[in-house]
Amino acid sequence: MSLARHGAASLATVLALGLTLALPQIGAAGADREGAVPPFVPPPDSAIPDDDLGKVIRLGEHIFHDTRNQASAFVGNDLRCTNCHLDRGRLGHSAPLWAAYVTYPAYRAKNRHVNTFAERLQGCFRYSMNGKAPPLGDPVLVALEIYAAFLAHGAPVGVKLPGQGYPKLTKPKGLDIPHGREVYAAKCALCHGENGAGQASSDGTIVFPPLWGGRSYNWGAGMSSVVNAAGFIKANMPLGQGNSLTDAEAWDVAAYIDSRERPQDPRFTGDLAATRAAHHDSPYDFYGQTVDGVTLGAQSWPAGTEAR
Amino acid sequence: MGLKGGKARIALGGLMVLLAASPACAIDGGEIARNGTLTGAPACAACHGDDGGGSIEGGFPRLAGLSVGYLTHELDSFGDGSRENETMGAIAQALTSDERRAVAAYYAGLPAPKAAEASAPDGAISSRGRNLAETGDWSRGVPACGQCHGPAGQGVGAAFPALAGQPAAYLMAQLSAWKTGTRHNDPLGLMKGIADKLSDQDGAAVSAYYAALPASQVGDSR
Repeated sequence: MSLARHGAASLATVLALGLTLALPQIGAAGADREGAVPPFVPPPDSAIPDDDLGKVIRLGEHIFHDTRNQASAFVGNDLRCTNCHLDRGRLGHSAPLWAAYVTYPAYRAKNRHVNTFAERLQGCFRYSMNGKAPPLGDPVLVALEIYAAFLAHGAPVGVKLPGQGYPKLTKPKGLDIPHGREVYAAKCALCHGENGAGQASSDGTIVFPPLWGGRSYNWGAGMSSVVNAAGFIKANMPLGQGNSLTDAEAWDVAAYIDSRERPQDPRFTGDLAATRAAHHDSPYDFYGQTVDGVTLGAQSWPAGTEAR
Repeated sequence: MGLKGGKARIALGGLMVLLAASPACAIDGGEIARNGTLTGAPACAACHGDDGGGSIEGGFPRLAGLSVGYLTHELDSFGDGSRENETMGAIAQALTSDERRAVAAYYAGLPAPKAAEASAPDGAISSRGRNLAETGDWSRGVPACGQCHGPAGQGVGAAFPALAGQPAAYLMAQLSAWKTGTRHNDPLGLMKGIADKLSDQDGAAVSAYYAALPASQVGDSR
């Protein structure tokens, strides 16, 4: 890398340039309540062009919101993209699309190679949607990619924007699953149900997503890591009351949710211990562990369930 | 049956005592709805309509087709003051808890009536109302109403009542009641949090939007 050759002075210049790039955003959006750099503000809906390009952007938004019906061949559960990416992929600290888009292509430890954004989207279908990856070039992927690109319009490339992903909470001393069960009953069961199965409206539309069980995300999904779930919950749950839980409540309820059984990891080799060692080797991942008498992953629902 | 005559009579007698001691089985919710009770509760139908469809002019909500859990909870809330309303407070207090449940079950079992002809809100209000209902305003931390009440406002479970086809005046009055605190029976304070973030104009727009939706519409999953 040239950075190594040019030494500290050049590095400082690069950092200063990065700072300069960030400055116009500060001026444009003002400081947020923590006084930190404000998140990037994606373009409004009204900026979607009224032409053939705009049609595909709108299709992407439609798929993002109504995933089961608009991409049914690739969805194997009762979730939709907007369950984890709130406000149609626009909301900071809820893994917004605009922040993800500008960080790809990227090397991912999860699969140990450089991933394009389209490949990253494939992962969402395979794991979070417990379905099948749309082939590269499939109209579903193309529409989602252009929707993300639209939301990222005007964002700096290759910069980790404020609000990217989910907040990283300070690691706790331990995870208290019984406490998490209490938090769940008090704060979550109202919408997601005592058994985590979610709730539908009277016409059968899934309104509150299932959090575990056969119709939720599978063991390969990012949300099955307690780190991600705790960050999402802290920032966004209960809906409309983000940041109302303490860090300990967020960690423990995430641990409770992510220590229930769910569909199998599609990378399961038939050997639970080996699959855990290869993909789940973390104290914040309960796959392959025994919790409340259940060895998680041993009796999972199948991965990649067909849409119903 | 293997029981001899005497034992059978005793068993039958016991059953009748059980039935008599279980008022919910004997209470006719429809009778209360139509004619009120001898203890002073007037007929619900007088304000909420013969079909339980409510009244746009009076701002009385539709009851027909709402969930029994929700209706019971509201009657209990009127009774204990966590939902302040002079008229309904007195009525709820005149009803026993079994009567409340019976009349709630009666209305829950009625079909949601066809929407009355609500005047279509003007373009700007309609688009603001629709945006709040379907998308929310996350710049103010307001989720879409439909994220809890269902995509077409048809209601979810006992905690999230149907909004579709309710009189606009009723919906606006509830948003105002949460804001001022005269209604504070919402689980987790969810509606208080939302109402505090909405302006009067927002409330009017979103109320008009839901008032114009048919009560029994099947959602398009938005």
